[in-house]
Amino acid sequence: MSGFWIMLTGALVASCCGILGCFLILRRMALVGDAISHSVLPGIVIAFLVSGSRDSFFMLFGAAILGFLTVFLIQLFQQSGVQNDASIGVVFTSLFAAGVLLVSLNAQHVDLDLDCVLYGEIAYVQWNTLVLGGVDLGPKAVWLLGITLFIIVVLITLFYKQFKLCAFDPALAAAIGIPVALFHYVLMGLVSMATVSSFESVGAILVVGLLIVPPATAYLLTDRLGAMIGLSLVIGVISSVGGYYAAAALDASIAGCMVCVAGVMFVLAFLFSPSHGFVVRKLRQRVSAAREAY
Amino acid sequence: MAANKSGIAPLTVTNMTVAYQKKPVVRNVSFEVTEGELIGIIGPNGAGKSTLIKAILGLQPSLSGETLVYGKPYKTQRKLVGYVPQRESVDWDFPTNALDVVMMGRYGQLGLFRRPGAKEKAIGMECLAKVGMADFAGRQISQLSGGQQQRVFLARALAQDATLYFMDEPFAGVDAATEKAIIQLLNELKRQGKTVLVVHHDLATVEQYFDSVMLLNGELVAYGPTSSTFTEEMLQKAYGGRLTFLKSHANAEDEPVLIAGRG
Repeated sequence: MSGFWIMLTGALVASCCGILGCFLILRRMALVGDAISHSVLPGIVIAFLVSGSRDSFFMLFGAAILGFLTVFLIQLFQQSGVQNDASIGVVFTSLFAAGVLLVSLNAQHVDLDLDCVLYGEIAYVQWNTLVLGGVDLGPKAVWLLGITLFIIVVLITLFYKQFKLCAFDPALAAAIGIPVALFHYVLMGLVSMATVSSFESVGAILVVGLLIVPPATAYLLTDRLGAMIGLSLVIGVISSVGGYYAAAALDASIAGCMVCVAGVMFVLAFLFSPSHGFVVRKLRQRVSAAREAY
Repeated sequence: MAANKSGIAPLTVTNMTVAYQKKPVVRNVSFEVTEGELIGIIGPNGAGKSTLIKAILGLQPSLSGETLVYGKPYKTQRKLVGYVPQRESVDWDFPTNALDVVMMGRYGQLGLFRRPGAKEKAIGMECLAKVGMADFAGRQISQLSGGQQQRVFLARALAQDATLYFMDEPFAGVDAATEKAIIQLLNELKRQGKTVLVVHHDLATVEQYFDSVMLLNGELVAYGPTSSTFTEEMLQKAYGGRLTFLKSHANAEDEPVLIAGRG
């Protein structure tokens, strides 16, 4: 049973991240996901200090607020003339540092393990179950991630055309009256949610892997956005299942193996994708060079 | 086909001022356009041509200014307005095909929740056919040439089915076939009584393409019928020190006539 819960948790993390990651990489904001995943740390610590509990829902709330703050600050700096990548770097490292500081200042009250925040531990998912009225409803993380995935799927399905146009041509989107800024913040809010609910299981660093690697792989395999999202989901789920078995075989970190499997699939797609693959491209160049002769 | 909403000007702009940081890029521009005209917006680099269009469409915050479309604020009249951004403004590696891009022109009409369906597809195909791109409907957009991409953008604007169009440098870096296709399309729009404002760079073709000309250099230098506005004196005012360069252009007057002879 434990294997099932671990794979299910991994698949849910990968699904949440896979959908959102497609929009992030198409908007060239892949690193914003990275930024959010780090800068939510002070939010988690503050939520813990205020509420005094390690209840996931409080932490989710604190982290979501910090997620918004991160996006807002990055945007603010960019509009005031700081370079794109520099403002992302400034915001997330500063906020992350503030989080580390908060943890160390309150070390005697805070029972938060930084290692756990950074690396997560998916193997413990099954022990932390949701009990309602004496009934064991299964791991908390699965519920949390399930709800997050549900919200993501509902919002992206309802407003698919808006999210798509905002990603492709924000100028036209704004001209026809789509509130581009609102959709930007909704997307970022969803990224914050996905990051935070994935925290306990895969950790801050690997969440970024699942946010970017499967969508980047899918991007190499298709020319349609819908198919890209679908492929990204499939690749994410294969990564989590494959990663679990690889970890069992190697007796290594499960979350680490999941992202490694995703990385291997990326390399395969990069080399052998029928449309964008390195090998096919080289072959095609040779053919068109021959044709050029006419 | 005559103008369908005669009497009210399709576009009235009053006191438009736009500044990046502190320096005003567009200063106090006011004008009113006549229905059914092709209007060229010309001026030197950095004259604020694109900025003016973006400010009118609300894509660029303005310090002051009011935009009326058929007598009502732009925000309530969005469905009457079509926009063709500069081709470089989007990522052509985006995973989508030509038809899909054209269908995006219908998103404004679809409202909040409705998804594009068979009807939008039919409109999209029709608009692609009008720019001679029907054969490329399923083509991934990065596989199109620059001119073809520009035509896809124009088809998308047609799909918007607007009555007032803004086009930001549609002729920039396109091949001769595309240029001809665009100008045919502009004339077709004009025949339908639609009004088109075009940011334009090539002074040699201004007289041939446009009914009216707006000369811009931060502020509005001149605006009026091409014959009386596109004069050496006005151009000197708009382009300032670059006049010598201009004169050589003005002297080569037979060049646009030649192109017209072929068309």
